Amino acid sequence: MKIYVPLDSAAKALGADRVADAVIAEAAKRGVDVELVRNGTRGMIWLEPLVEVVTDAGRIGFGPMLPSDVAALFDDLGAHPKALGLVDDLDWMKAQTRLTFQRCGVIDPLDLEDYAAHGGLVGLKQATEMSGADIVAQVTDSGLRGRGGAGFPTGIKWQTVHGAQAEQKYIVCNADEGDSGTFADRMIMEGDPFTLIEGMAIAGLAVGATKGYIYLRSEYPDAINIINRAIEIANVAGILGDDVLGSGRAFHLENRVGAGAYVCGEETSLLNSLEGKRGVVRAKPPLPALEGFLGRPTVVNNVISLATVPVIMEKGAAHYADFGLGRSKGTIPLQIAGNVKFGGLFETAFGLPLGEIVNTLAGGTRTGNPVKAVQVGGPLGAYFAPHQFDVPFGYEEFDGAGGLIGHAGLTVFDDTADMLGMARFAMEFCAVESCGKCTPCRIGAVRGVETIDRIAEGDADAIPLLTDLCDTMKDGSLCALGGFTPYPVMSALTLFPDDFAVGKKAAE
Amino acid sequence: MPNTPADLAERVAAICTAHAHLEGPMLPILHAVQAEYGFIPEPALQIIAKANGVTRAEVHGTMSFYHDFREEPAGKTVIKICRAEACQAQGGNGLAEAAMAKLGVDWHGTTSNGAVTLEPVYCLGLCACGPAVIVDDTVVGAVDGAMLDAILTEAGA
Repeated sequence: MKIYVPLDSAAKALGADRVADAVIAEAAKRGVDVELVRNGTRGMIWLEPLVEVVTDAGRIGFGPMLPSDVAALFDDLGAHPKALGLVDDLDWMKAQTRLTFQRCGVIDPLDLEDYAAHGGLVGLKQATEMSGADIVAQVTDSGLRGRGGAGFPTGIKWQTVHGAQAEQKYIVCNADEGDSGTFADRMIMEGDPFTLIEGMAIAGLAVGATKGYIYLRSEYPDAINIINRAIEIANVAGILGDDVLGSGRAFHLENRVGAGAYVCGEETSLLNSLEGKRGVVRAKPPLPALEGFLGRPTVVNNVISLATVPVIMEKGAAHYADFGLGRSKGTIPLQIAGNVKFGGLFETAFGLPLGEIVNTLAGGTRTGNPVKAVQVGGPLGAYFAPHQFDVPFGYEEFDGAGGLIGHAGLTVFDDTADMLGMARFAMEFCAVESCGKCTPCRIGAVRGVETIDRIAEGDADAIPLLTDLCDTMKDGSLCALGGFTPYPVMSALTLFPDDFAVGKKAAE
Repeated sequence: MPNTPADLAERVAAICTAHAHLEGPMLPILHAVQAEYGFIPEPALQIIAKANGVTRAEVHGTMSFYHDFREEPAGKTVIKICRAEACQAQGGNGLAEAAMAKLGVDWHGTTSNGAVTLEPVYCLGLCACGPAVIVDDTVVGAVDGAMLDAILTEAGA
């Protein structure tokens, strides 16, 4: 009997380890030989812990499982109260286009044979037979853009590093996924770490970099553990090291752990942190592509950008570019979070209207109350109100609607949300996490909290001050922390003016 | 653990040597020192500075920039409650207030018996199953009042 119990930290947070223990105990009690596989998550977090039992018909899912539900897995499966049917046939799974996440939740994350049996290493093998320029061309043709939020074309960035002359170049993976509402990086690092490693090795071959670093946030202890073990396995298997898959070309990879600074998700402060300095933002230019880690040419890419490269190499640039909308090509892992019925990760081609994501995929709010606001793109992303739900999910489309898609996290709030409180939190967060280098962010965020407090006390004169402050932060900050904090603040103020009139109402 | 100044100097120097081959070894060194002592003891700064050819002020600057590094020991158990938006949408603020009330501490505070330090954290990547908490290195999702009580009781608060 083969049983899958996820090791993903969302599944663990909901009790997967206790369920796995119960499986082992029950099997021993009954004298049944069980092969227990700890897989990643399929992304249906509302069903976690989602246990799968292998049958002749396929993998049947059961969830959300409690340890007390385990014994019945050893009886008539069809009669199990938590039986969901074949996992691949569930609507949530069938409706997706899983390219980047094709193996996540399917395989044992640390089993290289399982990885290879599901299409792993095909891309890297091809890359070892190609010139760097040809690899760069393939990534450029795929239309892949930075999935960390900036949306810069990945191939163009690689081209710059490829063309730079230097003794040593680097690939740096930005795994400092600090945006609330996002967990795609964590999910793939825990569920399919070899995809990221393979993507980084391909990037190394493409630009001529022989050394790579993953900068992984300390808030993800499970992901750190899995990535470390995956790197060890990849070294032993010759995927990493002096001779990548027998190509004669080297790529060494090291995992580095962050230390709890949100701003280190910004690429230049990440580089400073990696060098062992304060994570202060650097002015650009020079671009990291030319003067990055230790002043040398460096590709800095987000986890999902790098983890998407193997499937682009495997299936071809045209296959990937065929999905999507306008200049947003390929697929995007939507992360549906907050107060929703069905929260989790849903990979699909760009272009779904926001309302379809919120009302259909997410199923509205878990509390059953009407949706009030959706924050798209993390703590620096704008809030959207239901009247904007026809905006299609794409870089330019969201920009046009006064927001951003960021790392594609969507946080849903019901009608109990206090949007003045959320705007205040955005400023407070910016004040806590500001690196301190530029004045608009360092001082502006503190003044922002004070100004919003004045509004809360009924001082309507503070509203134009807040607007003015947001303009200054937007135009004058060095990086997206100070520059984009005005997005949630101003969208909250503009879309929900009633929430900013609390003091006045109380006074009347 | 014997903790004379000489022991500390020897141990921290050894940690620096073990990381000397790395490019940019400062964060790995600070993490290793904190793993050993539970915080960054003040005398360690000078030793780290000397081993890395930088000033003590630079080491202090780096250490003090990051939320993770402590200048004083924490309580026996560190409980971090997510304050970020997705957890707020699922009742995170109420959970944090309940924890502070029960422990009688504010953020970053340690209970008088030294059992628990309460910290804010901005996202654990558990945004679809909030509110989320991390107890030392163990993640817990969909935390309600009863679960919080159980966590605090187990931690001896």
